[in-house]
Amino acid sequence: MADSSQKTLRIREFPIDENPGHTYLNHEKGILSWLFTVDHKRIGLLYLGSVILFFFVGGMLALLLRTELLTPAQSIVDADTYNQIFTLHGAIMIFLFIIPSIPAALGNFFLPMMIGAKDVAFPRLNLASWWIYIFGALFALYSIITGAVDTGWTFYTPYSTQTGTSVVSMTLAVFILGFSSILTGLNFIVTLHKLRSPGLSWSKMPLFLWSLYATAVIQILATPILAITVLLLAMERILGIGIFDPSLGGDPVLFQHFFWFYSHPAVYIMIVPAFGIISELISTYSRKTIFGYWAIALSSLAIAFIGFLVWGHHMFVSGQSELSSVVFSFLTFFVGVPTGIKIFNWVATMYKGSIDLKTPMLYALAFLFLFTIGGLTGIMIGALSINVHLHDTYYIVAHFHYVMMGGTVIAMLGGLHHWWPKMTGKMYNEFWGRITCGVIFLSFNMTFLPQFIMGSQGMPRRYFNYVDQFQGLHQFSTIGSYLLGVGFVMMAVYLLWSLFKGPKAPSNPWKARSLEWMTSSPPTHHNFEYTPVILHGPYDHHKPMKEFRMGVAEESESPDVIEIDKDPA
Amino acid sequence: MNRIIEYMLPPQRSTTASDVDSLFTFINVSGFILFMGIMITILIFVIKYRRKSEDDVTPVITHNSILEVAWTVIPIILILIVFSWGFRGYLTLTSPPANAYEIHVSAASWLWQFQYEGGGSTMNEVYVPVDRPVKFIMSSEDVIHSLAIPDFRIKMDVLPNRYTTTWFQATETGESILYCTEYCGTGHSEMLATVHVLSAEDFEEWLETGLEVDEDMPLADVGEQTFTSAGCNACHSLDGTDRVGPSLLNLFGSDRELVDGSVVVADEDYIRRSLIDPQAEVTAGYPANMPSYSGRLNERQIDGLIAFIKELQD
Amino acid sequence: MANQSVATEKKSHLQHHFVDEDQQFESSKMGMWIFLVTEVLMFGGLFVAYIIYRAWHPDLFYEAAQELDVALGATNTVVLIASSLTIALAIRAVQLDKIKAAINYMAATILLAGTFMVIKYFEYMDKFGKGIYPGESYTYDGLEHEMAANFFSIYYMMTGLHGIHVVIGMVLIGWMIIKAKKGLVHSGYYTPVENTGLFWHLVDIIWIFLFPLLYLID
Repeated sequence: MADSSQKTLRIREFPIDENPGHTYLNHEKGILSWLFTVDHKRIGLLYLGSVILFFFVGGMLALLLRTELLTPAQSIVDADTYNQIFTLHGAIMIFLFIIPSIPAALGNFFLPMMIGAKDVAFPRLNLASWWIYIFGALFALYSIITGAVDTGWTFYTPYSTQTGTSVVSMTLAVFILGFSSILTGLNFIVTLHKLRSPGLSWSKMPLFLWSLYATAVIQILATPILAITVLLLAMERILGIGIFDPSLGGDPVLFQHFFWFYSHPAVYIMIVPAFGIISELISTYSRKTIFGYWAIALSSLAIAFIGFLVWGHHMFVSGQSELSSVVFSFLTFFVGVPTGIKIFNWVATMYKGSIDLKTPMLYALAFLFLFTIGGLTGIMIGALSINVHLHDTYYIVAHFHYVMMGGTVIAMLGGLHHWWPKMTGKMYNEFWGRITCGVIFLSFNMTFLPQFIMGSQGMPRRYFNYVDQFQGLHQFSTIGSYLLGVGFVMMAVYLLWSLFKGPKAPSNPWKARSLEWMTSSPPTHHNFEYTPVILHGPYDHHKPMKEFRMGVAEESESPDVIEIDKDPA
Repeated sequence: MNRIIEYMLPPQRSTTASDVDSLFTFINVSGFILFMGIMITILIFVIKYRRKSEDDVTPVITHNSILEVAWTVIPIILILIVFSWGFRGYLTLTSPPANAYEIHVSAASWLWQFQYEGGGSTMNEVYVPVDRPVKFIMSSEDVIHSLAIPDFRIKMDVLPNRYTTTWFQATETGESILYCTEYCGTGHSEMLATVHVLSAEDFEEWLETGLEVDEDMPLADVGEQTFTSAGCNACHSLDGTDRVGPSLLNLFGSDRELVDGSVVVADEDYIRRSLIDPQAEVTAGYPANMPSYSGRLNERQIDGLIAFIKELQD
Repeated sequence: MANQSVATEKKSHLQHHFVDEDQQFESSKMGMWIFLVTEVLMFGGLFVAYIIYRAWHPDLFYEAAQELDVALGATNTVVLIASSLTIALAIRAVQLDKIKAAINYMAATILLAGTFMVIKYFEYMDKFGKGIYPGESYTYDGLEHEMAANFFSIYYMMTGLHGIHVVIGMVLIGWMIIKAKKGLVHSGYYTPVENTGLFWHLVDIIWIFLFPLLYLID
């Protein structure tokens, strides 16, 4: 470019085309143009469709589990089937749904748009990551057909090396899915480093992107360890190498260390992107500058860092040394601090705001409610002496559902509603959106609050049968889960309705300030028809809207052109 | 509040339980206050600062150092309290007194066996004295199990090829439930045992007599008792339904097709061999995962089981 | 200006979403480095397993390492270091538009990699002949230690995973030769060759760690 050596940049405002005839949706036609697209937006939608499919499958399995637990003895399936169902529920929800959910679906779609790029750095690698994901999913499916897996999603040895079910194909599926996750993370890091538009310094990056950046770093650093762990596990079953199985001279606790060294950071792969969405939602619907931008941005990185040092808190009663338990417990509490900082900053953002309780904001508030409970109960089980009592009980089940579902899934739903107009160009029905949010919020609490009580009372997890005293609470929880299912059906109905019959969405229905709203809804094939130039932060609601639509002006243009320093210090 | 906490927790039946419960209560109460504080603030903000018009102008507040420091430092203080409290309790939980009464626990899929100092053992039932520290020295014969007694607030994984320990001192006599809390396969949720806490005298008396077998009991009754106490019921039904293993109904005298294709008749000797070395002759269609009862059952119990199974004909 | 004309007369490889060649090159290189980090971490898991088992059974590692042929291992080390040199020369040649020389250097690299694999093959066959198989198939009785099979399981896992990487490297270099023959890489665009070279250096470096850790224990 001719002006690349100059210190000044000529910019002007680019008005938005509210009725784009040409969008990424109709840029090319046919099923193949979707399956082999390198457009990050289409890949984002492919991922979105896939994760919703697996969420549906995992959810149906969950309802089966809850139905079985209506009575203390056998209700609808036998013990082996029950064990397979809870293993599949866990494995599908974690590896096929929640890990790719926000980053690969919403992140893929919006990360390049939010930095004003035309695409991610490696579009073909991006497509490959989706195909690898599908390939991994097929492997998982193959394992289900050939005898399923009954180890729990944690694959603890030596049970996993001795059980008669098809553990090898499931571990290979996890190995392959890990690859897909690494490629997404790699792509995001490079994109954020190299493809930001002029003026988009790190301090002007939307917080969603900071959270995706932290997530990508964890994906890069943790996933390879999972890969080698499941590879060793597969080899243990195929060749009988004795790394983990004590009957072959191995050490089962070593497996747990290896496994949690990945799987604890993986928890942050699941939740940190949710933090990013909540930051966007709260600022946008309070129409106010985010409070404590750097505190929120850096706390994501802090969580990513500390998250690598706390894996042993899954193993307080595993037989690891007492000293390690104490150290891990101590470090674990320090994850609570940056998490608390985020919550306080979000609440402070609402102070003196102009709060509009649109559906996405309701989800953000539901997130604050549920995730705070999830976080505080995390403090509870981080305490050593209580952990001994609560470990492997329903308290743990309730805790991680409050964090993963009450946190990540609720935030993802908030993000889905927030960006739905941008992705599809259609508006959903606000009334049904709010009602459904209420249904999901209440039924979620109905499902999982009783599990805290059961767990405190000592009800162990992964129990097919249980002692009679827990039946009342189990039944309450099961009814809650049915209502939760109804909530998701309602959502599917009004969202599908909006696709076909919904009114056309304006380019910026929420008056948001970040870059993805500064192009048409749905966006054009290249996101922007110009090179955007960023003058203000993504939450500068006090600056006039037109200053957010600046782009590099051509040499020949003269009116309305402003000259600015290219790299403001 | 107290009533809620009491409802949430199982009864306190060990010396260490009350400390754990106090910390549980402390975190619940302080957490609840914090939670309500946040929620009420949000509620006030949502009502007070709801959008009045599309042209609302909001102030630019980027940060506030005092607030930021406050909500960093205060949580740090709170978590340090919780950490050191939990740490102290954990030290107690992991340091059995030197004079503890020792019981060796052996876990197998899916039963618990308890061996007492003076010799003798029980299965899926454990008898312990009240007001005296009891230490479990535990190991597993196959996969990882975990021994949990909620009433005592204790839990410890039971590993193959190594020993782990846990201890408690019961404060009242009675029965408590013992769970396996590390997932171990089909019979995981059936892997329960009962803890009988006896007074010092009763315990001594039980050690003298309880381990002896009642010579007068009919053999089939001994077998029926053993069927539940040894955990056979986790995998074998009495009514013809398939569980992990074949049902015992009509078993005696039937032809058993084994995994290697050969056929044997289920006579007394076969049942005996199946108890001592279960993996040698596995019935086709069932997994080879029954633990060996060699050394776990005495002769009379084996005879009893055979007599019991003989009677199961319809 | 000279560069400009070279770039225009040979096909431009700038993808539409990059602003210029520099940005594209920097991005590719950064992506490759991140990928190498994940590779190092994956092997890192195996190294951790190695360290733990060696700490538990130092005597086993000493005894079992005597079974490995140091001469063959050392030869392989020299071979791989030489191949790192040839791939580096190949990259240099592409940067100078000496495509013919680059192709020869890359062919030499593949040849050296092949030598490595052949030597490795004979080592494996020698072990298999003695009954030293990974895991449960282990039947060798020349070692007293009851955990002997575990050492060789780790040995086979580490060298096996490394061997797979050597093969992948050979395929990649072969692909680069085809690219070079078609004239798709040149001084204006040599990113794929450079990245392949980076990958090959990693393969080399991992072996430089594996060799002393497995063969030279005393």
